[in-house]
Amino acid sequence: MKSMTKQKPIEEIQQSLEGLDKVFIVGCGTCTTLTSTGGVEQVEEMKEKLQEMGKWLTGTVVIPTACDDMTDVAMKENEQAIRSADCILSMSCALGVHRMSLYLDIPVIPAVDTLFIGVEETPGYFREACAQCGQCLLGITAGICPITACHKGLVNGPCGGTNNGKCEVDKEKDCAWTLIYNRLKEQNRLHLMRQYQPPRNHHITLQPKSMKIS
Amino acid sequence: MVSRFKEALDSGKFVITSEVAPPKGTNLEKMQHHIELLKDKVDGINITDHQSSAMRFPSLGGCLAVLESGGEAIMQMTCRDRNRIALEADLLFAYSRGVRNVLCLTGDAVVVGDHKEAMGVFDLDSLQLINTIHTLAGGKDLGGNDLDGAVEFCVGAIVTPEAQPLEPQLIKFEKKVEAGAEFFQTQAIYDLDNFKKFMDYARKFKTKILAGIVLLSSARMARYMTANVPGIFVPQDLLDEMSAAPKEAMLAKGIEIAGRTIAALKRDAVCDGVHIMAIGREETVPDILAAAGM
Repeated sequence: MKSMTKQKPIEEIQQSLEGLDKVFIVGCGTCTTLTSTGGVEQVEEMKEKLQEMGKWLTGTVVIPTACDDMTDVAMKENEQAIRSADCILSMSCALGVHRMSLYLDIPVIPAVDTLFIGVEETPGYFREACAQCGQCLLGITAGICPITACHKGLVNGPCGGTNNGKCEVDKEKDCAWTLIYNRLKEQNRLHLMRQYQPPRNHHITLQPKSMKIS
Repeated sequence: MVSRFKEALDSGKFVITSEVAPPKGTNLEKMQHHIELLKDKVDGINITDHQSSAMRFPSLGGCLAVLESGGEAIMQMTCRDRNRIALEADLLFAYSRGVRNVLCLTGDAVVVGDHKEAMGVFDLDSLQLINTIHTLAGGKDLGGNDLDGAVEFCVGAIVTPEAQPLEPQLIKFEKKVEAGAEFFQTQAIYDLDNFKKFMDYARKFKTKILAGIVLLSSARMARYMTANVPGIFVPQDLLDEMSAAPKEAMLAKGIEIAGRTIAALKRDAVCDGVHIMAIGREETVPDILAAAGM
């Protein structure tokens, strides 16, 4: 499971850094390293781009896992260089941006957009498998999530846009409900697809979501 | 005031519906012209709801224009653009203004339309929308609250008899019947033998089926639809027939094909009626009906 990201256009990064001339770059050794959006190499490339822009780099670091509490230690180790910067440019996912913002009172600017939590189905191919909706239907949909795998998130069967097992939005994309139908049929459990699913409860857990484990 | 369309369905006659698309803008002249042309020739006029996810004048506004002209409106309602609160509210408003028929659709994906960055809502799906209407008819809203004045609609849905694979669509069709869909307007059908097989199955259910008739306006359009539009299959003999027609006579050929398809469906009592979609060529619908001998 990885937090999937893509680097923002350099023009957008430049715009975000307007008036912030001294920059400290933080990458992440976990997800953005794997997706080549914020690992050692990308941090080095970003450093060069920022220098070309005329920015002054006070330092860089690639934290092993930017979203966990070890971030605290890494930030403290680099406190002097960070404090002499006008901002941190984060090349971790948004979870890392959030974490970094907790420690030092210095603006954290994201250099990547966080897209989804992906599972690696085949080497290098990541797919959103769970939208963390709070009401899991996988037991009646043969392990295929209609919330993430169906473009419209339909829970009562396919729409009329499905064609030869593909989705109306992309002929390369499988229709989730054809997959569900095929697998339920193999499992001799098609009766599950015939059950009426009521409208979903969008407030199983209220936004903003949080949970305390005791 | 009851639904005249429902009375037509219940009468056992061969029912004719057609559809009109609202304009992109506030100039209603063309839509009103199409409504005038159709209102006395059909049992109901569907007004599309941002068809193909392209933003237009709303279906409800088009339905009011149909009612003002003295016609019978069938309000198409998709789940793409409104959450359940907005859908329920629009149903209350539509009923209060005399709309008596609703066609429940999931709706095309936002990204196929002209506002590609918009959010697709899909808080409900077509099946849940059918249930919602029956809930409102029972004097309650989806929150379980009492309504001061309920609704009474003739509720319809769609089905795609040529879908591949077909069985998942049929499962949904049966769920829609069970939820109380009183009529179905099908996706375009061209292959009568295939459609008869579908009807042999559909006749087992207590609902009315209106076969979708989409006018073939050119050989190119026919080839495009069969290659690209989900659930549409134009058989080779019809493609050949369209291709053989001289360019200036292609539309007339399309009208002839639509007319004889309708005539055959009626003659053999294959289904309960037809829904004619002339997509952009609404002025040809009277000609199609004439070609069908109606």
